[in-house]
Amino acid sequence: MAVIFQGVGAAAALASSPSNSFDSNKSVFAPRRSFSVRKGASFAVVRSDGTVNLNPKDRRAQLLISNAVATKADSAAASSSSKPGHELLLFEALLEGLEEEMERDPHVCVMGEDVGHYGGSYKVTKGLAKKFGDLRVLDTPIAENSFTGMGIGAAMTGLRPVVEGMNMGFLLLAFNQISNNCGMLHYTSGGQFTIPIVIRGPGGVGRQLGAEHSQRLESYFQSIPGIQMVACSTPYNAKGLMKAAIRSENPVILFEHVLLYNLKERIPDEDYICNLEEAEMVRPGEHVTILTYSRMRYHVMQAAKTLVNKGYDPEVIDIRSLKPFDLFTIGNSVKKTHRVLIVEECMRTGGIGASLTAAITENFNDYLDAPIMCLSSQDVPTPYAGTLEEVTVVQPAQIVTAVEQLCQ
Amino acid sequence: MALSYLRSSSSRSANLLRPLSSAASLRRPISTDTTPITIETSVPFTSHQCEAPSRSVETNPSELLTFFRDMALMRRMEIAADSLYKAKLIRGFCHLYDGQEAVAVGMEAAITKKDCIITAYRDHCTFVGRGGTLLEVFAELMGRQAGCSKGKGGSMHFYKKDSNFYGGHGIVGAQVPLGCGLAFAQKYSKDESVTFALYGDGAANQGQLFEALNISALWDLPAILVCENNHYGMGTAEWRAAKSPAYYKRGDYVPGLKVDGMDALAVKQACKFAKEHALKNGPIILEMDTYRYHGHSMSDPGSTYRTRDEISGIRQERDPIERVRKLVLSHDLATEKELKDIEKEVRKEVDDAIAQAKESPMPEPSELFSNVYAKGLGAESFGADRKEVRATLA
Repeated sequence: MAVIFQGVGAAAALASSPSNSFDSNKSVFAPRRSFSVRKGASFAVVRSDGTVNLNPKDRRAQLLISNAVATKADSAAASSSSKPGHELLLFEALLEGLEEEMERDPHVCVMGEDVGHYGGSYKVTKGLAKKFGDLRVLDTPIAENSFTGMGIGAAMTGLRPVVEGMNMGFLLLAFNQISNNCGMLHYTSGGQFTIPIVIRGPGGVGRQLGAEHSQRLESYFQSIPGIQMVACSTPYNAKGLMKAAIRSENPVILFEHVLLYNLKERIPDEDYICNLEEAEMVRPGEHVTILTYSRMRYHVMQAAKTLVNKGYDPEVIDIRSLKPFDLFTIGNSVKKTHRVLIVEECMRTGGIGASLTAAITENFNDYLDAPIMCLSSQDVPTPYAGTLEEVTVVQPAQIVTAVEQLCQ
Repeated sequence: MALSYLRSSSSRSANLLRPLSSAASLRRPISTDTTPITIETSVPFTSHQCEAPSRSVETNPSELLTFFRDMALMRRMEIAADSLYKAKLIRGFCHLYDGQEAVAVGMEAAITKKDCIITAYRDHCTFVGRGGTLLEVFAELMGRQAGCSKGKGGSMHFYKKDSNFYGGHGIVGAQVPLGCGLAFAQKYSKDESVTFALYGDGAANQGQLFEALNISALWDLPAILVCENNHYGMGTAEWRAAKSPAYYKRGDYVPGLKVDGMDALAVKQACKFAKEHALKNGPIILEMDTYRYHGHSMSDPGSTYRTRDEISGIRQERDPIERVRKLVLSHDLATEKELKDIEKEVRKEVDDAIAQAKESPMPEPSELFSNVYAKGLGAESFGADRKEVRATLA
């Protein structure tokens, strides 16, 4: 459950997993929570009459929406606002989330290459250096191993750094720090230290950036004990996940995708966060469950249009949480449709899909009418040529074929 | 001639004081004396890009006797750990610090508990210097619940958050960027404290060290990098591993100081100097010229790459405890017998702690799953057969 509820037993009980609902009847805004911020500690206050505390520190926040599962059956997009919000691009949503958290908590700082004066290579940190100064938005030299280590060291004392890898692939240089120190220090110190760090960066295939800059590394970090992994896919969940990740006491790796930064969407004006461990119901359906995340969500939705025309009713779930999997949402879906297709951009061998297949088979084998199908990208380095690059990842046509095969 | 004079004078003063000291107290009144004494360090400091501090160190009888006691405690603790390891009560890796005690003790004398220390895996004595108890040390080494990391860390993972001791790290060199991160947090919170990031001569060749040093110098962080140069990186002598074994010079644009690491007073002077420097001018490197009597770890006899003559030579000429003992005796701060009594007392303390630690139970099976995440994640963990939920990862 979202770690922001820690320390308040009643709120935690109310907000526990079974209430994570993809039930389309439940309103998105219930239960209401209000937050007041005291020196970095946060707790939930549930009001019986439904009124909420105005958070004096937050200019725009009137209401804190904790449950951010999209439940509108007809909208393909994931925004779930009943009030008119404001439109922005995905990188702007990330920036907004980051900025709000930095205002809210003086312990939040950003470090990475070219995040400060340059504004970020994908503009996710644009304007922050001017606003918060050089001590809170830090331009590092090109030294991933050490600045990730420094972020972790700072996190041990209580700061909340957001470390940016200019490309997720560069974080391989910091793998020792991420695996040994970030993931394990809470355990090996017997609980003395928490590491509330966020490691984020773009990854994925699709701008003809070549093999080393188009890596799909979710699987490499998967087994590290002690970390959480999430992948954002829309401006709405990008902002929500960014905020939740910063507030979480656990180290969180936030995977973004190079091709999704310019997606436009209307998001609520109010303060909201997305639950880190929750999957998102994109399109409820009856015939087959399609599990996906990040960019492949859009390929799946494109394929869904074709499938609907052909008479199929796919249920599309964006799993969002790569570690741990939201087996509750996924399981309920499997029990309904009895057929599972996983569409991912990760590598076939040892990828997220492989783990997810194992997890579903172990837990829900009795509910499956057919073996799980998993469509992943090819086990090759990403080629440069455009035509070859296209074929490296899963395309909508392949998804349609796979569903047809599954539903025979 | 001089020796007999000393003996007679100490016995004379002992005679005078005997009626005053109670039977239970093993300390002379003079041992709490804080009148300053000035002592010269054994060798002068060598500096790189900065002015070396003076050779004359101010100390007092109380401090010298504290040095003696603390170093004797650490030495006894490490020897006891050696026996426990051979008795198979301590398993895995056990890296002993005996010979290097002066670095831990001298550093503590120069700083406060607000300053942070982070070190590598040879951390038992540093932990004790930061205020860790013997029980926590032995219980952790034996994997018991009373250990400082609840038995889940082991020899290489001692931590003490309330006195700003950040461990305890197994991967060589990885603690230096962490240490610079601690310094960054100190600068961020503006609390006028510094971080001492300790590493060995083996780790001095790690790239991440230079990366972290560059960033620390750029951002003016109060980071003090301390190279505990015991001249051997496991089995490889320093001249075989480093083109330039002048580790204090390796910072290039960062000033450095070479210190006799077997002299607790020199270490204290250097650390005091470094703290003042770091708060004003950013990072500085201290190279402590020290020596370890044991091998790299308990599985290394320590004699295949160095001669026994070398080890015993250093023990005779440069042993940190002997140096303080000679100082105490020559300044007539305590008698031979009293020092021996302190050692006996310390030995008893260690034995008691071991007995207590042996009684502490092993961690509960449920502890396997605790502290993986900070509370509240709710992720479930199954047994190997994955048939039932074993625990919720907390």
